Amino acid sequence: MTKQAPPAILVDGISKTFEIPTEGAHTLKERALHPFRRGAVRKMRSLRNVSFHVEPGEFFGVVGRNGSGKSTMLKTLAGIYGIDEGAIHVDGRMSTFIELGVGFNPDLAAYDNVMLNAQMLGLGRAEAKARFDKILEFAELGDFADLKIKNYSSGMLVRLAFAVMIQVDAEILLIDEVLAVGDAAFQQKCFDEFERIRESGATVILVTHDMSAVKRFCDRALLLERGTVVAIGDPEEIGDQYLDMNFSRDAQAEVAAEIAADPDDEETSADVAKISLAGTVNHDRDRHGNGKAEIVDSWIENADGERVEVLPFGTPCTFAMRVAFHETVENPLFGMTVLTDQGVTVFEPNNLDLPPMGVFEGGTVRESRITFDSYLAPGRYILTPSICKDESALEWFDRRPRMHRLLVTGTVKTLGTMHPPFTLDVTTPTDDQAVSA
Amino acid sequence: MSAPETTAEGFHVKPVARDFDAIDRSTLKPPIKGPSALGTDFRRMIGLAWTMATAEFKLRFYGSVLGYFWQLARPMLLFGVLMVVFTVVVRLGNDVELYGPTLLLGIVLFTFLGDATGGAVSAMVDRENLVRKIDFPRMAVPVSVVILASFNLVLNLIPVLIFLLASGAEIRWTWLELPFLLLLLGVLCLAIAMILSALYVRFRDVRPIWEVVLQAMFYASGVLVPVQAIQAQFGDRIEQILMMNPFSAILQQARHAMIAPSHPSALACAHHWYVLLIPTAITLALLIGGFVYFNREAPRIAERL
Repeated sequence: MTKQAPPAILVDGISKTFEIPTEGAHTLKERALHPFRRGAVRKMRSLRNVSFHVEPGEFFGVVGRNGSGKSTMLKTLAGIYGIDEGAIHVDGRMSTFIELGVGFNPDLAAYDNVMLNAQMLGLGRAEAKARFDKILEFAELGDFADLKIKNYSSGMLVRLAFAVMIQVDAEILLIDEVLAVGDAAFQQKCFDEFERIRESGATVILVTHDMSAVKRFCDRALLLERGTVVAIGDPEEIGDQYLDMNFSRDAQAEVAAEIAADPDDEETSADVAKISLAGTVNHDRDRHGNGKAEIVDSWIENADGERVEVLPFGTPCTFAMRVAFHETVENPLFGMTVLTDQGVTVFEPNNLDLPPMGVFEGGTVRESRITFDSYLAPGRYILTPSICKDESALEWFDRRPRMHRLLVTGTVKTLGTMHPPFTLDVTTPTDDQAVSA
Repeated sequence: MSAPETTAEGFHVKPVARDFDAIDRSTLKPPIKGPSALGTDFRRMIGLAWTMATAEFKLRFYGSVLGYFWQLARPMLLFGVLMVVFTVVVRLGNDVELYGPTLLLGIVLFTFLGDATGGAVSAMVDRENLVRKIDFPRMAVPVSVVILASFNLVLNLIPVLIFLLASGAEIRWTWLELPFLLLLLGVLCLAIAMILSALYVRFRDVRPIWEVVLQAMFYASGVLVPVQAIQAQFGDRIEQILMMNPFSAILQQARHAMIAPSHPSALACAHHWYVLLIPTAITLALLIGGFVYFNREAPRIAERL
């Protein structure tokens, strides 16, 4: 057996601690006035004893939540941050791709930008000059060499940046997730380039929290949490583990807080923004009904019976509501309307087709539960609970529009609003038509 | 060894991942070191600095047709004002041969010192998006600032020479000293630039402090009033003290070489050769100290920004 090639990257027990001055001296004046006072520093351990390796030609994913240390990992690999302990061995020329076209200046023409970027990525000045034509050709921008790049379209910019990256002959590429932000078309362009790089046989390390990208491209993945390695292995398994971790209870609280802080939501509906997080009653102005029955509470439960606002895709869930009947009513309809955040009704479960419910005496309290598997596509939804008279939406007892919000998380890629399980078979037809075609 | 597995899409061949502990450590390259001042290749660093400087230069001049004249406007305006003050109002300059070119040369050289060092102060911080995103030899930043300032210096020297010839100065062999003197000045500027750019990352009041220091140096280094004009009044001692300032020594020698032989050389002003060891020692100390400090700070600049 021949001697195996060394790994492209071997990370051997590295640790990285940041010192964050809590009240530190930021000026020479302060330092001069208090020459012997050591500024108080808070030590933040960002990476603890991380070890892994990447095989030559491998597409390797590093995943983790925000604050898990994955960006620090990327920057230590890239040589931007020094490390405190351990060692990183790199076999081959490495280029970092944290941002599209580092050093690009919108007011300069392609030539200057390519020269800057290529030299930043590791080429010598003469080498960069020699490859300029090839880079432009690769980017299919030959006719636009003299145009300031601020006048380029986003597609042209992506092509130029990727062309430089490919022409610097990096054998190892470090790619950050921030690359793939932007509109869908831009993302697709980046993904197309990833695909091409992957097929070219380069070793790639992709740092991301987008599990779908990891599952799509990576051969192996590493899961980081609080600066330590949780697992290394098959992207599918890592993906599941990541989701588990992400949607443990406290993670959900974080996500919910994120949603609350997300200014984009204001655009969807002013009412939505007012809905409180715990799923408690929102006495919104759209509430209507004659009050014969009152929805005193309503919530969403996950499979464990916990009240949630975030649900992993495909898991069982329950819409529950508690109704106090103030008058005696016969055969009421308990319903829940699920809308997308664009206001399109997706799903409207109720008891219209079920056997009549019978008589509910005034002064009683009942709880209705609608249970199903959440095959709503990952995304944001708005829920409206309601109770009304049998077979008629004209007499609302109580209806509370947009009382809840629901975030379905997951990695399925679909443009639809529902994604129930399905099968897809391709067979060879045996009838006459197939033969004649 | 099992055959490598091909994934469903494309031609990518999935490599077989070894067991981490089973990897043969003997074939590993030495560990990477993180960011450094010079990087692995000195020429690459210089090349990068040159590219950064030319890009910056283009940005400054391609935007406006009159870019060059705007560039000249600042030193020329200052020159005009000072010329009037020192020849009409105070009349200190009237004893000096070719006072006009003498003053202009001083202003131009001092402008270079100011551009190179003042520009270096925030250079590292201004390039935060580069420094935090890519590992390149950090020294390229102060070097590029000094290169950019020397482009401007060359442009500014053109009117000085025209003015000099128009005032009746002769072309002399000693003009050949100028490139060496400029190189010396460039080294001094680079030494200061290294210190300031690294220091500013930690201490933000370096900028106002340096502005004051520059202002003081402008008046105290003989730019306005050449030594021979004050020598009569204050004696030899003042010349000697002035020559201890490396910038003043370079400026004095440049005037001697460029303007007229009646301007005493740096050595003549210092009276003894060993006095000139002081500015030499200061320059060397700044250069070595600056490099050591910059080199020490370089690995941590990205995380301190």
